[in-house]
Amino acid sequence: MSFLRRRKATERPNAKPHDIDIDTENDDIHDKKTKPRPKLRPKRWSCVDTCYWLIGCVCSVWWFLLFLFSAMPASFPQYVTEAITGPLPDPPGVKLKKEGLTAMHPVVFVPGIVTGGLELWEGHQCAEGLFRKRLWGGTFGELYRRPLCWAEHMSLDNETGLDPSGIRVRPVSGLVAADYFAPGYFVWAVLIANLARIGYEEKTMYMAAYDWRLSFQNTEVRDQTLSRIKSNIELLVATNGGNKVVVLPHSMGVLYFLHFMKWVEAPAPMGGGGGSDWCAKHIKAVMNIGAPFLGVPKAVAGLFSIEAKDIAVARAFAPGVFDKDVFGLQTLQHMMRMTRTWDSTMSMIPKGGDTIWGGLDWSPEEYFNCSAKKLKNNDTRTADENENGTLGSTKRVNYGRIISFGKDLAEIHSDEIDRMDFKGAAKGNNFTNATKCDVWTEYHEMGIEGVKAVADYKLYTAGSILDLLRYVAPKLMARGDAHFSYGIADNLDDPKYEHYKYWSNPLETKLPNASDMEIYTMYGVGVPTERAYVYKLTPAGECYIPFQIDTSAEGGSEESCLKGGVFSVDGDETVPVLSSGFICAKAWRGKTRFNPSGIRTFVREYDHAPPANLLEGRGTQSGAHVDIMGNFALIEDIIRVAAGATGEDLGGDRVYSDIFKWSEKINLRL
Amino acid sequence: MASILRFRKLCYVEPVRSSSLGFRSFETLKVDNKEESVVSKVKNKLLEKKKNTRQSKEWRCIDHCCWIIGYMFTTWWLLLFLYHCLPTTLPGFRVLESPGTRLKREGLTALHPVVLVPGIVTGGLELWEGRPCADGLFRKRLWVGSFAEIFKRPWCWTEHLSLHNETGLDPPGIRVRAVPGLVAANHFAPGYFVWAVLIENLAKIGYEGKNLHMAAYDWRLSFQNTEIRDKALSRLKSKIELMYVTNGYKKVVVVPHSMGVIYFLHFLKWVESPPPMGGGGGPGWCAKHIKAIMNIAPAFLGVPKAVSNIFSAEGKDVPFIRAMAPGVLDSEILRLRTVEHFMRVSRTWDSTISLLPKGGETIWGNLDWSPEEGNGCDFEKKGEPSMSDNNLNHSNGRRGFKVKDPVKYGRIISFGKAASQLPSSQLPTHDSKESLHKSASTNFNSSCGEVWTEYDEMSRESIRKISENKAYTAATLFDLLCSVAPKMMRRAKNHFSHGISDNLDDPKYSHYKYWSNPLETKLPNAPDMEIYCLYGVGIPTERAYVYKLEPSDKCKNIPFRIDSSAVGDSGSCLKSGVYFVDGDESVPVHSAGFMCAKGWRGRTRFNPSGMATYIREYRHKRPASLLEGRVTKSGAHVNIIGNVALIEDILRVAAGATGAEIEGDKIYSDIIRMSERINLRI
Repeated sequence: MSFLRRRKATERPNAKPHDIDIDTENDDIHDKKTKPRPKLRPKRWSCVDTCYWLIGCVCSVWWFLLFLFSAMPASFPQYVTEAITGPLPDPPGVKLKKEGLTAMHPVVFVPGIVTGGLELWEGHQCAEGLFRKRLWGGTFGELYRRPLCWAEHMSLDNETGLDPSGIRVRPVSGLVAADYFAPGYFVWAVLIANLARIGYEEKTMYMAAYDWRLSFQNTEVRDQTLSRIKSNIELLVATNGGNKVVVLPHSMGVLYFLHFMKWVEAPAPMGGGGGSDWCAKHIKAVMNIGAPFLGVPKAVAGLFSIEAKDIAVARAFAPGVFDKDVFGLQTLQHMMRMTRTWDSTMSMIPKGGDTIWGGLDWSPEEYFNCSAKKLKNNDTRTADENENGTLGSTKRVNYGRIISFGKDLAEIHSDEIDRMDFKGAAKGNNFTNATKCDVWTEYHEMGIEGVKAVADYKLYTAGSILDLLRYVAPKLMARGDAHFSYGIADNLDDPKYEHYKYWSNPLETKLPNASDMEIYTMYGVGVPTERAYVYKLTPAGECYIPFQIDTSAEGGSEESCLKGGVFSVDGDETVPVLSSGFICAKAWRGKTRFNPSGIRTFVREYDHAPPANLLEGRGTQSGAHVDIMGNFALIEDIIRVAAGATGEDLGGDRVYSDIFKWSEKINLRL
Repeated sequence: MASILRFRKLCYVEPVRSSSLGFRSFETLKVDNKEESVVSKVKNKLLEKKKNTRQSKEWRCIDHCCWIIGYMFTTWWLLLFLYHCLPTTLPGFRVLESPGTRLKREGLTALHPVVLVPGIVTGGLELWEGRPCADGLFRKRLWVGSFAEIFKRPWCWTEHLSLHNETGLDPPGIRVRAVPGLVAANHFAPGYFVWAVLIENLAKIGYEGKNLHMAAYDWRLSFQNTEIRDKALSRLKSKIELMYVTNGYKKVVVVPHSMGVIYFLHFLKWVESPPPMGGGGGPGWCAKHIKAIMNIAPAFLGVPKAVSNIFSAEGKDVPFIRAMAPGVLDSEILRLRTVEHFMRVSRTWDSTISLLPKGGETIWGNLDWSPEEGNGCDFEKKGEPSMSDNNLNHSNGRRGFKVKDPVKYGRIISFGKAASQLPSSQLPTHDSKESLHKSASTNFNSSCGEVWTEYDEMSRESIRKISENKAYTAATLFDLLCSVAPKMMRRAKNHFSHGISDNLDDPKYSHYKYWSNPLETKLPNAPDMEIYCLYGVGIPTERAYVYKLEPSDKCKNIPFRIDSSAVGDSGSCLKSGVYFVDGDESVPVHSAGFMCAKGWRGRTRFNPSGMATYIREYRHKRPASLLEGRVTKSGAHVNIIGNVALIEDILRVAAGATGAEIEGDKIYSDIIRMSERINLRI
């Protein structure tokens, strides 16, 4: 025994060998009384020792818990959940497998913006050791450790929109690219798991990962991504007995795939040279999830002042955090500088101008009742209140004014407003000293005059937004205009529409000639979605972004659509219903000039129901932009189509919102 | 802080009241003298009473444990913190410049797309569908990575990694698939790289996802089955075609490793064969798409290790562990039976059969002859690689020759040390065929209950018969394996062949089972293509085994064991029951080098278009210090992928150099002499 003790003592770290020796020998005395050595003073536990003791305790307890946790049977959490909430429904994969569905059509996933992982292949000195580590997606650990380095590597070249010299950041490939965005935050994982239940695996699934920062054509120029997608789809069809693929694009992936469908049939130098029947031969259905066909107003706010609802709210709560130069952080400015180099954000600018999004005094959604959703949730007292609501208190909202300076301006009639044209306003008269700002955003070049002129114009509709952006971010828009277009075509046969910049705009392209193909648009409804903004000028100039969402602009009553400076409308939290539904509800419905071969379209809406409790996680009936990928009804639809069903088998359209009514109001020649 | 202080006071007050010694540990320096004396008085009293309550003792022990844990953790954290604070390039460290950086400065840039083909066991496998016991493991790695599941649920794990015993495909209800992409095989386990270093260096000169591809496949399946089940060959074909097109019509450089070499050989034949069985690429496919094949540590003619693996599920390391701690692997304590389980699983993997020695006695030697005989075994002690290396080699060879009779490597399995050394005339000769045939299933021992390995189906007598035959060469080996593992060999016969063809134009050789055997196929008609054999030398490599019969008669036991007591005298090639020869730890030199050195050199019947072959050997050198890591100059089977010289060669070829430009052959071993001795019509 004493031997053991002695050995232990010598094994201990030798920082305080003396102390420990005495200590253990005292133990000997107490334990054995073999050789009493009373002369040694008992060593007391010092503060440091107590600390060690505490740390030790905490660690042991932690390990113990960890051990218990890993020893716990895997089904335990589910068991608890079921005990509390009652039995969960079978996941759709299991349910449909019981019905006898098996894998038939290969499935192609096209992830959207920001959900795809990016990894480093070549970097500057500061990114040493990050080779093939994820910069985007995953834990984002590097963001905290070396934020400036991270921002530098995530940025693209400001002129070309391609890699800056010496930096190569590339998309992660394979299903891992976008199954989880961050640990525990699924994107495609639930869908993949359910597809696997009915027999899908690597050879029948393909994640068309692309670098979502680039403009669509540049992904081909730099990485040959479009060629890879083409080759992979051909391979999938060939190795699966000639079954055509079902494509599942999400969010921006919808536009990307639209671009792909034009690209693949276009002749070789600019396109993929697949011939005019490539889509008809290889694609069974395109099932667009959360499709921003006509753009998202959020993108405007993002480009204009790098803020969306969330950031504006955070600003209202803690005014200092984002704006102050404490710590010299300038988070938003850095973010803006980085995101403004990403061409892809411009693909999401609202398309179709005033015709689609409404003018100064008109918008398709104008009588939308923002409180409808709330009433729907507790059905008991809906009936008469609802009537009251719709008839009485619903004010007409001028959604068409996507940006307005000041709440009053957002509401009064346009005749009463006099506006100053900003386009002629001279730029220059730089902010005091631009060199003081180490962050570069183009606002510094605009000068006070320019900023004031922008504010004086007061109201911006979807059409004038473009002029605004061209004015405040000329370089960005110069790149953007080379790659994207936001108009409506008068004559689709005009040879100019063969240019790739029109390919991602559904209003300026024809669908491919593939009458057997089916196009679905599947999106969530029932979540308030940003549609228009009330802005204000920031008082302090200098290094800040001069415009801010005016969070003090509140609608007043409960039912108002204006909250925190943002007018919201029905949608999936990111994309308004109008943008995701209109194209399939009207523009492509039947044989139109946008859809010459009469491809069948289906609108499938999923009403948002928030998770009943925390245990449900992000919910199985969610309609939110990303969470909808875990929506059981949506997954079931997808699996059925992948297993061979047609749109009619699913039951055709499934609509909760007013999309058809709104579509009627839009006056677009078909 | 205040609350902590209060807590401490509380703890302090208590021991005085209760007079319990245990709380002494909470005393702090704040205690003044008076209190101290009180405490010591109390303690002394207790000492005199000699009454240590159990409770107090436990307290102390736990306290000490906690203290130690806390101490260690704090130190650990501190060190970790310091380590993180270190600048990545300390001036003190002599950081070797990586070959990628150096060559980039020379102006090399990515030119030819590169395809990596991993070998056996290095590729990752993930679960797509499993039994209830594998709940929650969907798309988690079962093989490669942390291997955490082996420890958590070993039965479940073995069940899922096994294949079907008859078809060699998935068992019903289980789908385990290869992990795709570069992540599939860059690291085998955390910290143990496979391809990572090479990929990193390739990236330095400009490679990225679009011109670098990892041809991951399920390495458990036989090669043709990877196409049947996963379409792996079709995918590889399409990938190569795509890379060829998207990279400006530059042909690809293929870098297969270990078993990947014969997998790619299979692919070469498959892709040019007509559709039902092959890929239908037409006869010019390889010439059009492939610039060079740089085989790393190729197992062209098989590995003897595969024999011992199938025969008794043990390699060099296992008998060594067995000798050191006889109880661990064999004992039934805990009912573990690791080896038996491993055998049960690995016998369902068809791919292991592809690694059995090919070419029979012509290549591997017979009872009295072998191509390597006369070589010394002290190659490990050989000095620096120098230009005079050939001389050194010869002198070594002579010394080895002087010491003892030539080792009979041809006897890949012999029972008893004596049997491995006697001249063949003195060996008791049985007609192996006959005895082995008789052995087939006379006496089924049903008392063993569940059958684990096929040994349980063999009678004791037949097992004894097998051992009476004393010595097996590469040719008789197959009869032996057929009798001990009939099911496996039956499957294997449909997928692999291990002979030498007399007439390569025989139509039977258009069957896929011959495609992975370089001695039974012709190389494609691509005179511009280059084939490299890149392998390490200077490490003792298993070549032949001395076996013994396990005395115990228990069931569920593997009856044969490598006789680890069979040790030769110093300088001998026999160590713990294994005869060693020069190689890279897994593949003997002549298996890796023979095809490039002789079988395909010039215009032969195996290489009708006369494509150029190059041999590049890399002498193994142990890392001088720990800081150097396990790489840079290693020649070991897997570590060689981190060898600086090898990486440089690959980068140069990928950037456009030809074999002649990287100085052709570089040979340290006796491969040329050995090849001379092999009497094969070419």
